[in-house]
Amino acid sequence: MPALLEARGLEAQYGWTKVLHGLSFAVEAGGITTILGANGAGKTTTLRAVCQMVKTSGEVHFDGQRIDGKATEDIVRLGIAHTPEGRGTFVDLSVEENLKLGAYARRERSSLADDYDRVYQYFPVLAQRRRQQAGTLSGGEQQMLAVARALMSRPRLLLLDEPSLGLAPLIVREIFRIVQTINQHERVSVLLVEQNAAMALDLAHHAYLLETGRVVMSGPAAELKKDDAIRRSYLGY
Amino acid sequence: MDIFIQQVVSGLATGGIYASLALALVMIYQATDVVNFAQGEMAMFSTYLCWSMLQADLPYWVAFFATVIIAFIGGLLIERIVIRPVENAPILTIVIVTLGLLVIFNSVAGWIYSYIQKPFPSPFPSKPIRIGNIVFGTHDLGAIGITLVVLMLLFAFFRFTTLGLAMRAAAQNPVSSRLCGIRVSWMLALGWGLAAAFGAIAGMMVAPVVFLDPNMMGGIQLYAFAAATVGGFSSPQGAVIGGLLVGVTENLVGTYVSFIGTELKLTVALAMIIIVLLVKPTGLFGRTVVRRV
Repeated sequence: MPALLEARGLEAQYGWTKVLHGLSFAVEAGGITTILGANGAGKTTTLRAVCQMVKTSGEVHFDGQRIDGKATEDIVRLGIAHTPEGRGTFVDLSVEENLKLGAYARRERSSLADDYDRVYQYFPVLAQRRRQQAGTLSGGEQQMLAVARALMSRPRLLLLDEPSLGLAPLIVREIFRIVQTINQHERVSVLLVEQNAAMALDLAHHAYLLETGRVVMSGPAAELKKDDAIRRSYLGY
Repeated sequence: MDIFIQQVVSGLATGGIYASLALALVMIYQATDVVNFAQGEMAMFSTYLCWSMLQADLPYWVAFFATVIIAFIGGLLIERIVIRPVENAPILTIVIVTLGLLVIFNSVAGWIYSYIQKPFPSPFPSKPIRIGNIVFGTHDLGAIGITLVVLMLLFAFFRFTTLGLAMRAAAQNPVSSRLCGIRVSWMLALGWGLAAAFGAIAGMMVAPVVFLDPNMMGGIQLYAFAAATVGGFSSPQGAVIGGLLVGVTENLVGTYVSFIGTELKLTVALAMIIIVLLVKPTGLFGRTVVRRV
């Protein structure tokens, strides 16, 4: 399958500190790719680098088009939805207003009502809370809202930053299941960054392992899962 | 009793003017987290532009709306040209820049138009309305009416339009807004434009009362700060109610507390700022945001 997103020699830095040292990776069209790694390996920075939210060098191609050097707003408009670390909820706004902002960049607005229905089907709890101030939602509900907000833009690629962070295992499983459904039914490709390696490897087709800003291993998720080193360091058995 | 009601009524009238400038202050503060000290002087300068157009024999309402539009564009350009370069600088830097703008507008207005007071026309008839023994100035009523209309338009804009929603979002969470495809820096510029437009309306409403001169907004700006503080910098409705409260309080204290009179009225505004900041720092209508993590 052709790559929807491809990074070549991607570097990123905060101030003088370089965090990514020449990363190369690809996300297949229609696939789920995961980037694993410990705290501080550069997983979040990788996603931020794709959206040009940090200072980067190296090439990033999306759908055959170079997107490095573009503004974040413009990259998003090409069909990349980014669910950021910390969920990026607009806490003062209602759930529905959050969703409406998700669709902000879309030119075509006539099917907006359909999209509300669609995401409320995936996340019925959001429908119950649509008039509620988003800051009062629980962590799990806010994570659902973040995914729902991303879906509202009708993305072709979904960047998910640690959706499991701080959530109960049951909720995490629920969110992962929905991500899988979205991937299968809507042909949305996914780039997932996770600390929970076991769940991420179950979900993903392809995986990369990051250590201090470098790719140290990559391959089909099923193979990485069997790898002894991965099993010991990241799966814990 | 008649004197009391009369003082309340005229307090509401001046309060309406403080309210509209306070509204402009609150808007910029909400959109950008910056208190614009030049807001009053921008309003004054816009009013001079209107005066120039009136001198050129344009009908009042044509000049009025032209001024509002010019002020909007002016506010937008000021943000782009003057504020943008210091956008990420510490807050004090931005405050000093707006103070610089204050001095520049004041001096340029004095240089172009001189410091001699000029009469400025009111769009409303000069004949006051009497109900019993109470006199309502037509201009005062009109000014309050315009402030309320502006407030309602503003409310509707922020509440019901996508652009208004995007502006609120950009102010609250710029990073997420960018990820939604919102052009955040343009939203800030738009906030400055809108605030400048509303400031211009305040200026054109106040000029018939205090006469037009480069320093006419000095005291009013102070009252507007008091109004915004009383109402809470995070609440447009609060700014309007705060404005009316400040206007009425100032008038009543001036009338009934003999040692204050008209001479010390301005200190009432300062006292109100201090009292509110001590007792309820977010203002009467300011919200403390609920957050769960």
